[in-house]
Amino acid sequence: MSKAFLSIEHVGVSFTRGANTAEVLRDINLQVDEGEFVSIIGHSGCGKSTLLNVVAGLVPVTTGAVILDRMAVEEPGPERAVVFQNHSLLPWLSVYENVALAVNKVFRGKKTRAERHDWVMHNLALVQMTHAAQKRPSEISGGMKQRVGIARGLAMEPKVLLLDEPFGALDALTRAHLQDSVMEIHGKLKNTVLMITHDVDEAALLSDRVVMMTNGPAAGIGEVLDVKLARPRRRMELATDVEYMRARAAILEFLYARRAPALEAA
Amino acid sequence: MSLPAPKLQPVLSTGPSAPAEVVALPRGRGPAVSSRLWRTLRGVAAQILPPLAVLALILGFWQLIDADGTGVPAPLTIWRDSHDLILHPFFDHGGTDKGLFWHVATSLSRVGLGFSLAAIVGIGLGVLIGASKWAHRGLDPIFQVLRTVPPLAWLPISLAGFHQAQPSALFVIFITSIWPVIINTAVGVRNIPDDYTNVSRVLRLSPLEHFWKVLLPATTPYIFTGLRIGIGMSWLAIIASEMLLGGVGVGFFIWDQYNSSRISDIVVALVWVGLVGFALDRAVALVGRLVSRGTALG
Repeated sequence: MSKAFLSIEHVGVSFTRGANTAEVLRDINLQVDEGEFVSIIGHSGCGKSTLLNVVAGLVPVTTGAVILDRMAVEEPGPERAVVFQNHSLLPWLSVYENVALAVNKVFRGKKTRAERHDWVMHNLALVQMTHAAQKRPSEISGGMKQRVGIARGLAMEPKVLLLDEPFGALDALTRAHLQDSVMEIHGKLKNTVLMITHDVDEAALLSDRVVMMTNGPAAGIGEVLDVKLARPRRRMELATDVEYMRARAAILEFLYARRAPALEAA
Repeated sequence: MSLPAPKLQPVLSTGPSAPAEVVALPRGRGPAVSSRLWRTLRGVAAQILPPLAVLALILGFWQLIDADGTGVPAPLTIWRDSHDLILHPFFDHGGTDKGLFWHVATSLSRVGLGFSLAAIVGIGLGVLIGASKWAHRGLDPIFQVLRTVPPLAWLPISLAGFHQAQPSALFVIFITSIWPVIINTAVGVRNIPDDYTNVSRVLRLSPLEHFWKVLLPATTPYIFTGLRIGIGMSWLAIIASEMLLGGVGVGFFIWDQYNSSRISDIVVALVWVGLVGFALDRAVALVGRLVSRGTALG
């Protein structure tokens, strides 16, 4: 068995509906070290979200296994916190209550009430959302909701943080702002992060490694690219950085030259 | 989104010095109190005057066609015959000789009891068939058939079962108003976004925690739609069943006045029935709005 912190071993996923079976993922192997930031990129419909959901435990594997910190993943759990693409905040709870729901569930019996309150506020502070703690999700902008979603994920102190296209629904400026926040938090907390994205710049900017997936059905890992850029990374300086440009070019080349989606799928 | 740093590099400054700003919704801060009061009054008048004008037109027309000859009294005749009933709703001479307020109150108490039972059982059953595929397959077809049975058709069978008027009336209200509650609750449970369920799964909420913290709040708007339809139907049912059951109650009052040929009193009672039904509907809608505040997708 591999000694990696997070190990995805020979994972295959098929969905069966009646007599039809659709093979979505085939023989995925990926090792992620503790503290590593890994992005998964691919064309839409290639099954990258399915892969993330498998790691989250939301979708069961058909073959193979996911092993996190020497334990097989069998069901969802807070040690694999997910930040969903559309934030998934509960609209009837305030920003504070949304994070507190997670904190109270995960740390009940481990932290006192006062400690849990401080922990909620600490995580809101990490994403700079303390000022809106009492607002409802409908009263804050999309970028802010996503920040709260990230705070909720971080507050569970997960072994691995799973980001499912966390910035996909945001405008370009807000997205850049949030990417910088995520880099800063990752620099501070050194958490292990697995992020789904379809944005080439985002993958190159944030990741230690970029996993490029082939197109479905029966998608697999086409190539894994190391991004050897020192941290902390600064967006403006990278714009002309040779390694950054090489990484971008490699991803673009993979996605559009070699794995261009079939015309009817585009 | 406000980007604090100037000019070319706004996206770089993400330190704690650059918090995302909350844009407060503009709160109406009118210029002067008197003009605000005036605007409010005008708004209220715009709501109230049109229906009053139409009502006056209808009454005037009704009076003009001189309906008395047809057996249905004209407005002035009603006033002459029944002004005691209109002006003194609270008298109580014992027996069934009471003011309309008491009749309505009795009917309302029956609706309150029967409808409360229907709400509790209906929400429970709705959650069950919304959450369980097999409960849905087993129960839904039966419910779909039963809910089309008209309220009054249940009355004989419920009299046969309970032998008494009071529980029979309650049962008719219960069985009439439960279907929309069940069906709407079930739809609400089935429509809970996967996102909420996934959050609950990632947090490993227990079934009970999931019910109270996710399922119920997410379903509340649907439940109140069902309750609102249900209370309207139970008001329909109580009037009809009281006509047959007798005793005190606005339904019986109407039937009793018909048998005494006091048609004017019936018209007065109908106005009460309509106003109370309207109030019930609005009350449930208001409670629903208060309870489900903020559950709309944000």
